[in-house]
Amino acid sequence: MVVIKRVPSKMKPLSFFMIIILMAHSLNLHAAVLEADKADVLYHSYEGGGMKIDGPAFLLRKKVNESIALSAFYYVDTISSASVDVLSNASPYTEERQEGSLGLEYLHDKTVLSFAIGQSDEDDFLAKSLSFNLSHDTFGDLTNVNLGISYGDNDVMRNGDENFLEKSKQYRVRTGLNQILTPTLTAGINIEGVVDEGYLNNPYRTVRYLDPTSDAGFGSQTEVYPNTRNSFAVKLSTSYYLPYRAALFGHYRYFTDSWDIEAHEMEVTYRHPFGENFLLELKYRTYQQTQANFYSDLFSHKDAQNFLARDKELSDFDDVTIGLGLTYKIPKQFFFNGMISEATLQWDHITFDYHNFRDRTLDAPIGEEPLYGFNADVIRAFMSVYF
Amino acid sequence: MNALLLKFLLIIAVLQLSSCAQMGVKPWVKPYERQKLSDPIMNKNRHVIANKHAAHVFEARESARGVEGVGGGGCGCN
Amino acid sequence: MFTRLNHTSKYYVTPLIQGVLLVSIVFTLMIFTSNKSSAAGLVNTTAPDFTLKSLSGENLNLNEQRGNITVINFWASWCGPCRKEMPILQNFHDKYTDLGVQVWGINVEQENQAGRDFISKVKVDFPILFDEKNTLSALYQVDAMPTTVIVDRSGQVRYVFRGYKDGYEKKYAKAIKKLIRE
Repeated sequence: MVVIKRVPSKMKPLSFFMIIILMAHSLNLHAAVLEADKADVLYHSYEGGGMKIDGPAFLLRKKVNESIALSAFYYVDTISSASVDVLSNASPYTEERQEGSLGLEYLHDKTVLSFAIGQSDEDDFLAKSLSFNLSHDTFGDLTNVNLGISYGDNDVMRNGDENFLEKSKQYRVRTGLNQILTPTLTAGINIEGVVDEGYLNNPYRTVRYLDPTSDAGFGSQTEVYPNTRNSFAVKLSTSYYLPYRAALFGHYRYFTDSWDIEAHEMEVTYRHPFGENFLLELKYRTYQQTQANFYSDLFSHKDAQNFLARDKELSDFDDVTIGLGLTYKIPKQFFFNGMISEATLQWDHITFDYHNFRDRTLDAPIGEEPLYGFNADVIRAFMSVYF
Repeated sequence: MNALLLKFLLIIAVLQLSSCAQMGVKPWVKPYERQKLSDPIMNKNRHVIANKHAAHVFEARESARGVEGVGGGGCGCN
Repeated sequence: MFTRLNHTSKYYVTPLIQGVLLVSIVFTLMIFTSNKSSAAGLVNTTAPDFTLKSLSGENLNLNEQRGNITVINFWASWCGPCRKEMPILQNFHDKYTDLGVQVWGINVEQENQAGRDFISKVKVDFPILFDEKNTLSALYQVDAMPTTVIVDRSGQVRYVFRGYKDGYEKKYAKAIKKLIRE
């Protein structure tokens, strides 16, 4: 085993900021440009596995001057759930989650510094986050380097239990490189490390264990998670402009963490414009993961391990998504002030297939219920206005 | 994956690029050849708001996190 | 049974942070020592001669412009700052033509239908030339979009402006006025 010397904790933020200052004073004179001003209004809907979640989302970007842009994001989830987790333990519920964030981008020569602060709020969970990113173009603008850090602070509460309050924190560090290879091809590599600390499980969820003494044949106890989780993810991505006007994107992501979960994700997207006004997008994505080492659908007895989980999100499963999207550029004459606007409709169909999570709601001998699986449909309908 | 090995690979990749610039390897795609790459259809993050939602749908149901490509945010989807 | 869940271990993240710092340092060094722009290397040398066909059909040759000041602007319709710059160049054409200043717009698109469409909408009075094969862009070592090269009455390159940002028109005006007075 390799011995890794820890960087003194005081050094890390200091070195980071020193490097940022150095990079911001690049000698190059040619500037990159901040993105155009735009406003997006979206309606999103997810339906599957007994859950229906929908709501609006808004995004606004506005340049203050050539160097500074501000952005605001607001998102609502209205959740009505009768999912397999819920039906196994409790009754169906309705809930609302609101999320908002504000961002600032600062462009200096070929470097963009961006800051964002955000909050997500629901009855029993409050998440606050802070992030910082640096993006720099170099080598004739063929190479883009990015660095970023994020910090998250969460309050976990439990409905019906006023005294319950637990906390957790999340730290993220990321870096990446994107390279233009030819006038029609780019490739990139991005890596991100995530560290979670604190109360990481769900205060409502339980695990089950064999209990011949009980009527039901099994007993339940609250899940117990470790209070740290370290993970690492790497993504290889590419984009390609076909010999005719169309674009192809692909990426592969590998994930691993200290709970022994290993995941592979692969996605391919094809974009094809039709005439002046239409853009079609086709997407195919696969994801597979192995289970957390403390996961089991059915433990042999009570307190079988130090850590116990029956969360299907930590089980061995895979999912496949096919997606279809259509964008329509609204002709200027039909829109206020002749502003550029477009309307998009996207539909994703996802199939989840669990390899060691069983559907407890179905009638069968304990531990022999059919493996769980479900389909979900996701719809996104939105309008973007450029001004 | 060995984190140390990855660190070495990263450093080597970066040194290659920096030595490219020193040895006089000029950028091989000129700014006036960027027509296709600057076409809006080649912008993966054209629909940021949709990408954020798509990333959220998966982040709430899958264990993998990191390098989503859009600002990930805490959501309490535990 | 389930060991390896070391509560104090940042097994993956510490080397990652170290890696990120190292990458940053090397890139910073790279930035400070990277090649200076080569288009700027043309300043105070004779402007390379060329002949190109303009939108109106006539052939235009640079050396024949000796005696006049020539503002050569390399642009493309897909380049935002280039599109912003067009009205500025039209203004210079209007203001300074009588004082012996020529503005030439060189479109660098390999497939230039979008460029032609843009110009038919924007309608400028100065000549638009097409450098489809990019031989002129390569000759003038264009390494930024847009690039504006100002050639004096004796055919010497005196100024090269790389990119376009709000406020550059003042720099152009200053340069042109200086050359007019010579």
